[in-house]
Amino acid sequence: MSRLIKMDHTGHTTLAEWTEADQAAFELAVEQFRCGLDEGYIAVHDQGGAQAEQLRELPRDAGLVILRRPIAGG
Amino acid sequence: MAAATGGGVLPELGQVPWRARTDRRYLRRNARIWTAWTLAYGIPFPAAALALVWLEPLAFPVALACLAHGWIIPELYAFRGASVVRPKGPRNESSEPMAQGLLGDLLDHEPRELQRTTGLAVQQGGFGVWLVAEAGALLIPPGGRRVHCFCVRTTDRELPPSDRIAHLLLALRTDEEGFATVANHAFCGAPWRVRRRMPERMRPALDAARCAARAA
Repeated sequence: MSRLIKMDHTGHTTLAEWTEADQAAFELAVEQFRCGLDEGYIAVHDQGGAQAEQLRELPRDAGLVILRRPIAGG
Repeated sequence: MAAATGGGVLPELGQVPWRARTDRRYLRRNARIWTAWTLAYGIPFPAAALALVWLEPLAFPVALACLAHGWIIPELYAFRGASVVRPKGPRNESSEPMAQGLLGDLLDHEPRELQRTTGLAVQQGGFGVWLVAEAGALLIPPGGRRVHCFCVRTTDRELPPSDRIAHLLLALRTDEEGFATVANHAFCGAPWRVRRRMPERMRPALDAARCAARAA
């Protein structure tokens, strides 16, 4: 089961969950993913082992994809 | 502890196009500049105080002012460095447990326990060992003799504290050089100068990071 979550004021919100076989759920996840990018979020795939990758497209077998806000120098 | 080695380029670099990408050479040069700056305050002012008293003992009050000047300014710089890891912004106590759960999922067992007790997430990187806080980060290069203090935060200040840490951690893991470039360099100096100005509960994290940096 893959998950798309958004970090927000509630801690985080799960926007979509899908499996590789579930085309309808994946399409819904892609829609939510694009909405998140349009709102200015940055999509990150934490690959485990302390590596992360920025995503511009949602992979079907993503695992956990996190939408985060941009950072800036304080 | 695995090292942050994400191969991407941080999109936030577009906000600071005038900055050269931070690398080891930049960090070493910055460390030397901070050392020279500290010596520039730490030597001439006490020397002037001694010279004043030697020339005219009645100038003792002025000599005291010189000594204070040479002591207070380096102290203020170190205080600014330690301030990058102080808790800042709303605590969001209702949503913090959920944010803490997500941050815990991003960390291995030992860093997770350390983060829960100290509030700082430790992350091994190519530049050294990082300690990520809510609105800043410390970098201890290999050897553990120095600490670089960076001021950096998420643009949404209302997020729960653990979410703010998770934002910085994910950015660091995506592009360590980019992260250090976007962040504002606040201070560089000996770890003890920063440690004694950090909140007490955070100090074990700096000790652990120094141990890891020495072993690197």
